Amino acid sequence: MRLSAFQDAFVEALYDPEGGCLGLPTEQPGFTVYRNTVMKGAVDALLANFPTVERLVGRTWLGAVAAIHGRRSVPVDARLLYHGSEFPGFLDHFEHAQALPYLGNVARLDLLWTQCHTAVDQPGIDVTRIASLARERLASLKLTPRAAARWVWFADQPVFSIWRHNREGLQMPEQLDWHGEGALLVRSGGAVSWQALDIGGCAFLDACAIGQPLAQAAQHASDIQPSLDILELLTRLVRADVFAATDPS
Amino acid sequence: MNTSLTLGAGLGLKADHYEAAYDCAARGLWFEVHPENYMIDGGPRLAWLETIGSRHPLSLHGVSLSLAADCAPDSEHLKRLKALAERVQPALISEHLAWSTWRGQYHADLLPFPRTEDALHRIIDNIQRTQECLGRRIAIENPSHYLQLPGHQFSEIEFLAELSSRSGCGLLLDINNVFLSAHNMGYDANAYVDAFPSDAIMEIHLAGHSVDPGGTSLLIDSHDAPVAEPVWALYRRLIRRVGPRPTLIERDEHIPPFGELLLERDRAQSLLEASPCD
Repeated sequence: MRLSAFQDAFVEALYDPEGGCLGLPTEQPGFTVYRNTVMKGAVDALLANFPTVERLVGRTWLGAVAAIHGRRSVPVDARLLYHGSEFPGFLDHFEHAQALPYLGNVARLDLLWTQCHTAVDQPGIDVTRIASLARERLASLKLTPRAAARWVWFADQPVFSIWRHNREGLQMPEQLDWHGEGALLVRSGGAVSWQALDIGGCAFLDACAIGQPLAQAAQHASDIQPSLDILELLTRLVRADVFAATDPS
Repeated sequence: MNTSLTLGAGLGLKADHYEAAYDCAARGLWFEVHPENYMIDGGPRLAWLETIGSRHPLSLHGVSLSLAADCAPDSEHLKRLKALAERVQPALISEHLAWSTWRGQYHADLLPFPRTEDALHRIIDNIQRTQECLGRRIAIENPSHYLQLPGHQFSEIEFLAELSSRSGCGLLLDINNVFLSAHNMGYDANAYVDAFPSDAIMEIHLAGHSVDPGGTSLLIDSHDAPVAEPVWALYRRLIRRVGPRPTLIERDEHIPPFGELLLERDRAQSLLEASPCD
């Protein structure tokens, strides 16, 4: 058997315990060792990458679900800390997770946490520089969110509250207001922190991310959320180290 | 650089041990990581590796380059490995005589293959591509074995010796893998260690193993326990013959406090220091 044919057959036999493969000693107990190790690698990666999902559903349930997911979605990146990009979508449609319809979105926030934690290092914008700008300069300033800043708006579920309470190991409130919530996650000084961000804040950052100047981004955000206090939002975002240092020119 | 002078006994670096690892001033100490865990753009994990690397020698021990796959190594993965190596300037870079990535999927294990003439040519080519990309020699590790595969045309030692002489790569001798593979496959571990090409050995691995929880008599390369006494005996036997070589204690599960791992490392360090230089 050519090496490539051997490898095709081996992979098939790894994920199909029932199927016998011609020319492969799948009946030997050693073959089960490979099957178990490969599956353990994928399951352990999901357990490591979705700690908030684990706190919600428990290790046993998540391990079992990860094994089902593992047979359908083999890792495509050897960097297992990035494994699981399809897991939120899988949870959205997983029939045994329908009682927890927010689980996929909680998993999305866990993914964002990893993206923040491993994003490129970039200096943040100097607060005093923004404060010193004349009004018209400020209006045309383009603020670029740092790679270590991520935000997302969930229109129908209080996902940030659910995620935050579980991520921080807190007791969930007895009653949750069932409305949309957004989240901002930022790595600054080596640690990822998070805060709630409303729909206008998310829209503002979306606009900044595509290169709109501050005045335009603020207008876009206000259109979406007329009650938005732009000055308060900007202060909060700058303090959270959301923006990359701008070109001094 | 004569790494045997600068690298004594090292430890696999664990995130829980970053501070203790940085602070430790034990003679000969160095640290090894899987590069896959640090192929990221930035952040505290990478910063810690650089910080520890500013004080201790580092080794990048890959698990996913998939050199024994019937295709060239993934060029993106190789680029990331090169970038990491340029960033942390490791004293050693190593990989396994195994495959794991195949047709765009990563199967998280070190998978076996029949050691044929075809496989030999493919793997020599893959090692050469890797060494050319990195601009340096790498070491190739003997994996653990659980299967009696038909179709081998070479013994593992013959195969590794051919790889080394034809590609110029070094070898990483994992003595725990020898011990458990000898048990699982039914060969003599002492004879394997005695026959291993000594000049090519750039690094030695020691680790713990366990009995297959699946109830068979197989020993599993679980890295979840201290190094077993028969593995220490094989290690002493090897370094008596070949002299001191950089030696790593691997531990990936049931990880004890840093001080406990350091004691185990100190045992290897003492044996290295007592071993006559070749």
